[in-house]
Amino acid sequence: MGGLQKKKYESGSATNYITRNRARKKLQLSLPDFRRLCILKGIYPHEPKHKKKVNKGSTAPRTFYLLKDIRFLLHEPIVGKFREYKVIFVRKLKKAYAKTEHTAVERLKENKPTYKLDHIVKERYPTFIDALRDIEDALCMCFLFSTFARTGKCHVQTIQLCRRLTVEWMNFAITSRALRKVFISIKGIYYQVEVMGQLITWLVPYQFSHDHPTDVDYRVMATFTEFYTTLLGFINFRLYNSLNLVYPPKVKLSFSLKTKLSAFSASLTRVVSAAEEEAQMDHFPVDEEDMEKLEEREKEQKQQEAQKKMFEGLKFFLNREVPRESLAFVIRCFGGEVSWDRSVCIGSTYDETDETITHHIVDRPSVGTQYINRYYIQPQWVYDCVNAKIVLPVEDYFMGVTLPPHLSPFVEEKEGDYVPPEKLKIMALQRGEKPGKQNDEEEESEEEEEGDDEDDDEAEEEEDKVQEKKLKKMEAQRSQPKVLDNPAQREQQEKAEEKRLAIMMMKKKDKYLYDKIMFGKKRKVREVCPISCCSNMDFHHNKSVCTDKSHICNNALFTIPALLSLRCVNVKHLSKRVSSRMYRPCDL
Amino acid sequence: MEDTRRSDNVDATEVLQRTPKKKEKTKRVADDGEYDDEIFSIHVCDKEEDGEESGSAESVFSGLEDSGSDSEEEEEEEGGDGSDKDEDDEVEQGDSRDDGGCQKKEEYDLDSSDEEDIRNTVGNIPMEWYKDFPHVGYNLDGKKIYKPIRSKDELEQFLDKMENPDYWRTVHDKRTGSDIVLSDEQVELVKRLQRGQFGDVNFDEFQPSVDFFTKDVMLHPVTNRPADKRSFIPSLVEKDKVSKLVHAIKMGWIKPRRARDDGGGRYYDLWSNEDSSLAAQHRMHLPAPKIPLPGHHESYNPPPEYLFTEEERALWEQQDPADRKLPFVPVKFSSLRRVPAFPRFIHERFERCLDLYLCPRQRKMRVDVDPEDLIPKLPKPKDLRPFPTTQSLVYRGHGGLVRSISVSPSGQWLASGSDDGSVRFWEVSSSRCVQVVPVGGAVKCVRWNPNPCVCLLAVALDSLVLIVSPPLAERQVLLSSERLLAAHREAEPAENAGPAGWSDAEGEERRLGLRLKIRHPKAVKQLAWHAKGDYLASVMPDHSSHQQVFVHQLSTRRSQNPFRRNKGLVQCVSFHPVRPYFFVATQRNVRIYNLAKQEMTKKLQANSKWISSMAVHPGGDHVICGSYDCRLGWFDLDLSTKPYKMLRHHKKAVRAVAYHRLYPLFASASDDGSVIVCHGTVYNDLLQNPLIVPVKVLKGHMVTHELGVLDVTFHPTQPWVFSSGADSTVRLFT
Repeated sequence: MGGLQKKKYESGSATNYITRNRARKKLQLSLPDFRRLCILKGIYPHEPKHKKKVNKGSTAPRTFYLLKDIRFLLHEPIVGKFREYKVIFVRKLKKAYAKTEHTAVERLKENKPTYKLDHIVKERYPTFIDALRDIEDALCMCFLFSTFARTGKCHVQTIQLCRRLTVEWMNFAITSRALRKVFISIKGIYYQVEVMGQLITWLVPYQFSHDHPTDVDYRVMATFTEFYTTLLGFINFRLYNSLNLVYPPKVKLSFSLKTKLSAFSASLTRVVSAAEEEAQMDHFPVDEEDMEKLEEREKEQKQQEAQKKMFEGLKFFLNREVPRESLAFVIRCFGGEVSWDRSVCIGSTYDETDETITHHIVDRPSVGTQYINRYYIQPQWVYDCVNAKIVLPVEDYFMGVTLPPHLSPFVEEKEGDYVPPEKLKIMALQRGEKPGKQNDEEEESEEEEEGDDEDDDEAEEEEDKVQEKKLKKMEAQRSQPKVLDNPAQREQQEKAEEKRLAIMMMKKKDKYLYDKIMFGKKRKVREVCPISCCSNMDFHHNKSVCTDKSHICNNALFTIPALLSLRCVNVKHLSKRVSSRMYRPCDL
Repeated sequence: MEDTRRSDNVDATEVLQRTPKKKEKTKRVADDGEYDDEIFSIHVCDKEEDGEESGSAESVFSGLEDSGSDSEEEEEEEGGDGSDKDEDDEVEQGDSRDDGGCQKKEEYDLDSSDEEDIRNTVGNIPMEWYKDFPHVGYNLDGKKIYKPIRSKDELEQFLDKMENPDYWRTVHDKRTGSDIVLSDEQVELVKRLQRGQFGDVNFDEFQPSVDFFTKDVMLHPVTNRPADKRSFIPSLVEKDKVSKLVHAIKMGWIKPRRARDDGGGRYYDLWSNEDSSLAAQHRMHLPAPKIPLPGHHESYNPPPEYLFTEEERALWEQQDPADRKLPFVPVKFSSLRRVPAFPRFIHERFERCLDLYLCPRQRKMRVDVDPEDLIPKLPKPKDLRPFPTTQSLVYRGHGGLVRSISVSPSGQWLASGSDDGSVRFWEVSSSRCVQVVPVGGAVKCVRWNPNPCVCLLAVALDSLVLIVSPPLAERQVLLSSERLLAAHREAEPAENAGPAGWSDAEGEERRLGLRLKIRHPKAVKQLAWHAKGDYLASVMPDHSSHQQVFVHQLSTRRSQNPFRRNKGLVQCVSFHPVRPYFFVATQRNVRIYNLAKQEMTKKLQANSKWISSMAVHPGGDHVICGSYDCRLGWFDLDLSTKPYKMLRHHKKAVRAVAYHRLYPLFASASDDGSVIVCHGTVYNDLLQNPLIVPVKVLKGHMVTHELGVLDVTFHPTQPWVFSSGADSTVRLFT
């Protein structure tokens, strides 16, 4: 054949990747500079498919970058700026120090070389939507930095800039009424806004001073923040422009946190309301198929509009112990008026004595003087209202009352997943169903709470009945084919059987996959709460038992009373196995 | 200077001289103290004057005075008598006054730090060095200064403290080791100093200050001196400096101060002209995955089922942080104000940063399938009716497991063979047992003759095959079946009837309906009639022999062994309904022989371990095979020798399969106690594959001894299915 023998590792994947050290040498940068460059430019290592090939036969653990990425870095103007900083600035400064030329030192310090990241932002996010999609990390970081105190962990200017940018962002959310969901977690408060069709979620820590950990490299964080502030600034500019607002807004910010809050209540909102316009949806002649979709969309939009105006006309007053900033932000986002005690923080617009206040938000067991014409509620009500998209009844949230659980609005249950009963309740409220017989049920539950003995007896009786019925049912099943008088049920059963038969006809590969998916689903449910899963299953089992109550909806969603009764039964059933985990009569 | 010195000397001598005089004087004018005082005061004044004149000499002298006076006293004491007392007192008094007078001087002297305290010449040393000695230093003469005898113990000190009214103003002087009682002035001074005031009472600290120069610009200059010339001429040095700076600025070495902007001027509309060309540059770019959104677990007030139980918590604590499902323990707080700061907040943010720039990104294809999409879209069973759906009749009566059932071609009668050694005939519509034929052995197989003109049943038990003619048909039919059995007598009986022995049933057996016995060399397992009803095939599974399948001709009472060679353990056989084909199922294959040509035409690969049963479609182009490894294979003979479809519907071994003669249905019976009825449409169009849809799972048989349903067969005309099971019942599903 002839020809040269092909050498190994001179083509293919070995040439596509470059190790970190080699990349650093190629760029002639120190490791910190290289790191900074990677962070700013968004370059990350790649995992080659065949590591050994890329590593030229060695199996040592190495980080690989794409050679293309590194070549791309070669022409980055910021690399020059890094060098300039190091050579021109640092060296001169050192010299001036050594010569004790103080004026020169000062002059040099004043003219410290800076660089701009605009072109990098543009390069990384060629379109505005790209930038919006990637803004979550930026927001989280800026909100974190804005809570830092002057501890020397980062520059004061950075903290101030972050504060300003976050306030601007929140102001935008208020004026555009973009807030969709809020979630109080143990980490902090999650907010989700919808901007230009993008859902953006960020996390704000609680207002406490930070216990700065020692094993965190703040330089890395600062580099990220440097980029993120630039990004957020440009995004804010664009967003304000889209609302016909001037950027930067005339918000006076000093270093104190309180002014951040007052910035909300500043006149900015007034400026904007004029600019806000309702975009009417245009109607096009469409096919019948699309009509349904269109209607659905219209309905959704209507709902959203209603949500946006949820708190309009309501006047809130925040007691001094509630998280003021968060609540003010949320309430303002939905059109409510909010104020707080004048002595707590500036920016309050009316006093506690104002007679028109409708809701007074308190987070303590009792308050001294109460006004008759307002509700004293706990802060969770506001957040739950936002997530439920309706103004919830206030009864469960009164001052000093044990609160109903706060659920994550980000969980979307699929069919077959476990749904917490509180969610079912809220869903029922959303559908406009009045919790029917609620009073009865409440009484019942109270009774249950009061008289345990009675309850037990009842439960036992019930259990016996259930058992009897079960046995009878079994007998019937044995002796004769199932005769179902309920057509809906029959239909359901038919459907289930159909599905079962269809599953039998699956290909082996599909069956395997299907079984795996179903197993995973079941495990998930089981993990959340093993008992509820059982009880659900029991529920299916006992369905025939409960048919006389006929509370079961066709779509397998059950109304609350049925659920409650069932649950009691199940609880009693399982009382041997379980502690009080499932038994929560008070929350229904 | 000399004058002063001399005067000093004079003065000193004067003093020395004067003191005796003084004594004399005091003696003389003992009562006249005033005078004495005067003298003293003069003397003091003298001294002061001296001091003013020459400080240094005076100070040297002043130290001497005390000791001098002391020595004087001593001298006096030596020389004096008892009358000295008054003098002594007086002297002491004078001395003390002298001290008081001299105090100012000493104070003044000790002010300068370079002057030593001459009462004790040890210098500025820590006095504890003299702790162990009886003295505290030396005086100017080099004599030891002894510590005052100080034997005050605690009690004495306490008493002193209690009794001595001046205790509070007594100060211990380390230098001399003596206690000094401060005078009122001294106490006052100390107090003033403590208050931060001037030591001098008379000093006015708030007196108006008078500027040396007035701050107002005066009309006239202070001096009349004309301005220097250099104040009019620009400085050369400065010029040099400025030119250097200018040069540096010009060269760009020094940059003018930048305007600081931290405001909005920095930002502008970056995306004013969006173009997608840039986006194309990063095709390899993978956007970072977003942080997953929090679930109910993370809530500050989660539903109680999301909280950890103790076991879960213990497990969580045991687990490696990387293995944990949740990176935190769910906690419930009763109200928002109780929620503390999250301790790992900054950590988590930092870890996210690390992930963003250090973590290799890889696109992983994750199967995100809706499980509903995986389920094949089949026609609904509703649309494929009729098929049996419910159990309608149970035929009870057998005492053992019912191995085989068969329906008469008319569809009116059902025959069943059981392990209890009997064959029973049932009326299909009423589940009434019409006749019981005890045959004396476990019945392996019963088969009705498919010819509707005759009424014959073949029964296989042990090594016998019985032909039974039950009286369950019209006379005409019975007669014709008798005729068939008697046919060979009219013809010449063949000498070599083949490998099997034919014999007529006699006596009691004949009365029960038995007509013929065909004796086989081995146990017969299965029987199969030809569609015309004249030929009967029997199977005797055996590994070693080639005599596994016999084909009997009823009309001629002839048997033959069609195969010369053993091709494997034969499981079952079947005739083609129309054409002269013969299906033989061995353990893994189905062989199809052309009986006319006497050759094998096809060999089907069953793809299963052990075939249990086989059924041929009434059209003849499709075969289904049940196997002990739970499978059912559908063969399309036109398509391939491999199964067109393998159905794994059953959980346990498939025992029997059957086709319906008229309806597109087939059924399979299994050891899991269920019969599954499937719809299987066969199209005339060769290009269209058969449609197979399971339509019903029929349950009813009990599983006994791990055996469920043993045989299944369809009604010849109705969409009904019969099944017989190990629970010794036969069931009809309609």
